[in-house]
Amino acid sequence: MNTPLRRVSLVALVLFLALMAATSWVQFVKAPSLNADTRNVRTLYREYGNFRGPLIVDGTEVALSKPSDDAFGYQRSYPDPEVYAAVTGYYSVVVGRSGMERYANDLLNGTSDSLWWDRFQHLIAGKDPQGYSVELTIDADAQQAAWDALGDQRGAVVALDTRTGAILAMVSKPSYDPNTLAVHKTSAVNEAYQALLADDGDPLINRAIGGDTYPPGSVFKLVTASAALESGTYTADSALDGTDGYTLPGTSTVLHNFGGGACASSGKISLADALEMSCNTAFASLGNGVGQDALRAQADAYGFDSTLSVPLSVTPSRFPDDIDDAQTALAAIGQGSVRVTPLQVAMVSATIANGGTELKPYLVKTVRTPDLEVVSRTSPTTLGNPVSASTAATLTTMMESVVTGGTGTAAQISGVSVAGKSGTAQTVEGEAAHAWFTAFAPADDPQVAVAVVVEHGGNAGNEATGGAVAAPIAKAVLKAVLKK
Amino acid sequence: MATVEPTPVRSGRSGELGLLLLALALGLSAYALVSVTLDGSLPAGFYRDGGVFVLVTLATHAVVRWRAPFADPVLLPIAAALNGIGIAMIYRIDHAHTAQDSLAGKQVIWTLVSMAAACAVLIFLRDHRTLRRFTYIALVVGTGLLVLPLVPGVGAQIYGARIWIHVGPMSLQPAEFAKIAFAVFFAGYLVTNRDTLTLAGPKVLGLQLPRLRDFGPLLLALGASLAVLIAQRDLGTSLLFFGLFVAMLYIATERSSWIIIGLGLFAAGAFVAVRAFPHVSARFDSWLHAFDTDTFNAVGGSGQVVRGLFGMANGGLLGTGWGEGYPQLVPFASSDFIVASLGEELGLTGLFAILVLYALFVQRGLRIAIGTRDGFGKLFAGGLAFAIAWQCFVVVGGVTRLIPVTGLTTPFLAYGGSSLLANWIIVALLLRISDNARRPSPLPLRGPGAPAEPASERTIELPRPAAPVGGAS
Repeated sequence: MNTPLRRVSLVALVLFLALMAATSWVQFVKAPSLNADTRNVRTLYREYGNFRGPLIVDGTEVALSKPSDDAFGYQRSYPDPEVYAAVTGYYSVVVGRSGMERYANDLLNGTSDSLWWDRFQHLIAGKDPQGYSVELTIDADAQQAAWDALGDQRGAVVALDTRTGAILAMVSKPSYDPNTLAVHKTSAVNEAYQALLADDGDPLINRAIGGDTYPPGSVFKLVTASAALESGTYTADSALDGTDGYTLPGTSTVLHNFGGGACASSGKISLADALEMSCNTAFASLGNGVGQDALRAQADAYGFDSTLSVPLSVTPSRFPDDIDDAQTALAAIGQGSVRVTPLQVAMVSATIANGGTELKPYLVKTVRTPDLEVVSRTSPTTLGNPVSASTAATLTTMMESVVTGGTGTAAQISGVSVAGKSGTAQTVEGEAAHAWFTAFAPADDPQVAVAVVVEHGGNAGNEATGGAVAAPIAKAVLKAVLKK
Repeated sequence: MATVEPTPVRSGRSGELGLLLLALALGLSAYALVSVTLDGSLPAGFYRDGGVFVLVTLATHAVVRWRAPFADPVLLPIAAALNGIGIAMIYRIDHAHTAQDSLAGKQVIWTLVSMAAACAVLIFLRDHRTLRRFTYIALVVGTGLLVLPLVPGVGAQIYGARIWIHVGPMSLQPAEFAKIAFAVFFAGYLVTNRDTLTLAGPKVLGLQLPRLRDFGPLLLALGASLAVLIAQRDLGTSLLFFGLFVAMLYIATERSSWIIIGLGLFAAGAFVAVRAFPHVSARFDSWLHAFDTDTFNAVGGSGQVVRGLFGMANGGLLGTGWGEGYPQLVPFASSDFIVASLGEELGLTGLFAILVLYALFVQRGLRIAIGTRDGFGKLFAGGLAFAIAWQCFVVVGGVTRLIPVTGLTTPFLAYGGSSLLANWIIVALLLRISDNARRPSPLPLRGPGAPAEPASERTIELPRPAAPVGGAS
């Protein structure tokens, strides 16, 4: 009977090997998908029951976890909720996550694969997984200045460090209080969430990087001028047709300048002067002079029509495809179907400020362990070179004159040379135009670029222009960053 | 003149003691860790409970030294280690369900009773061959135990299965003990009839079929027990008996045709069961479509298994650590699904270690069967060892969704007095058989008092020829 016994012991061994294979399948191969299953409440418990790292701005926590007495053990809270809501987003047991709470989630809860070495050391040391502190690039003064300057108007402000791409300010109004969504009471959260969804100001949308995006108006003339200068056939002194009206090709519609008159009594105006006084007729004709393909190529070089994550997901700005000459003329002055995010506009200014090299915007400065040891630090990355250094220098000079003697005088800062461009973007018939302003400073040694949009002219309504409404806000942010 | 010294047989008792101390350290540290993690201090009755566990285990070891000094040294430590880990996990689940009464306390008492029973078996059963005399009594007892839960007044239906009886304040699952009784019956019956089963009978398609009159009683016993089990809705136990039956038939007859016949019968039985019994087909469906929302949410659907899988996935490779997971989210986390609980807190690594312990236990059991001289002992030990392996496969396979869930207890680990008691009796029986197998014969190796049977497995020094063979002429 020994032979069958030996075979039976082989069978027993096979049974155990099968069990080992099955447990490996469950605990190793299928574990990620099982952990991601929505019916798996462990994921919730682990997620909300562990210490979550804070979001830090200039040494102050803008989102932090405090021990709580309920089943979850921790309560997320936002000390300055509305000012930072566009950046932090919310962290809710009931309605999920948004903003940095969503896009930096695996850092905040300590599960990020990119920190595998640190996690491995913890594993070896037998320590619990820990949430990391995420220090943001936001400049608290700039954020507060932008928040205050925008006041109760709807709109958005973005500021970038032109030397690194770091995002120094990101404000979207109207804002909301993420604390109301972070509480652990389902009915209260649902009520608050439904109210925010129903609000016609769409407070949950971060206007700085997403939402419906805006027509850029005259700030797009920076892109048109870039395309013209890059083409080699235009210089700052090239004479353009600055008459009082430009008939859109193939139509009987006549495009007028702001205020109705001609840009120059002679009817001819240089490219530099046209940008300074934001001459629509000159840029409309320039648009067809360089052509839609060159315009689109230039826009795409600046980052239009491509995805970007900072790590918040940025809605791509759009330059329309296959347009006729009339639409090309409109696109050249930032009307028609051109749509942008304030971040994209700030990136155009920052690129010009940085000598034509575009840097990738980012929000995470450093990632630290709870004992403040730095485990990762973001270093600047280049996206590309949309314009040459000489074009950037020319544009800088042109933008300086916008602020010194053109449409952007409201952005002047004493002792600092500011380069800027205003925009007043027509929206739908009967609604006031969006007021735009983008700038960077100091023009001779750029440090910070900013883009401001005030929806439908803000409090000024139909009287609003970018230079009057948006430029002072841009100035406030520049001053805050430059500590002037 | 050369003297022949018999090689002294190593008893292995000191090795057993060393392993036993390791096993105790494992169980006690697990118990302590659970409480340290959850409360920041040692369990309230740590020194009392731990002391009792240590004393009883060492007492069992002492009884082995006294009554079975040549027994296998690995079985007792493995059983003690699994038992200790089980108590720690049951205590951990208790802790999560604060409202319920202490299952861990009960399990400690059952451990005490079970080890005492194992000692009693070692003390009073001096030779396992005595059991062969009770072959047919074992059949009656086994069948009786199976029918008992169906008797009104004694039996009780718990969780939809009528497999429990009430004895005073306790509820017992008699099927656990029927397992041992049937192993005795199969071993006794097969060792007597193996030749006729093997050789007589028609040959069909190359398969040696037995004569009906030889095979009839066996089939009748098994069929009756399976019918009773299906009537009681206890699929796990019927699967266990079936596996035990086929394995022992194969060991006895050495004919692989039995395996084919066995698998054929199983396939037919499974087909009939799926068709005829709604609860069987529901189990089958919830296995195949475990992740469907409907199946997941259905009462008695796949929710339990899938929650167990979630727990195991949460444990991952290294586990959450004692007290750090959420095993209490799985229904029956301390009994039927204790493997999922252990997988969550000890991880794949811990579960592998536990499976290796079982595999070692089973391999030692089968090694004992091979080393035993008598046919009854071989069959009995082989059957018991395979039963443990098969039970592990059915339980852990069910929990990991390798096979449908059937509802068996994990030997030594899971909460449940009947299972613990029955499995400790199996440990005692295997120790008894191994002691008999390894004990040096008290009789001289040769001479008038030497055993009459050919001792083929022993080396015997043959006397040198008195006269030189061949020589110069």
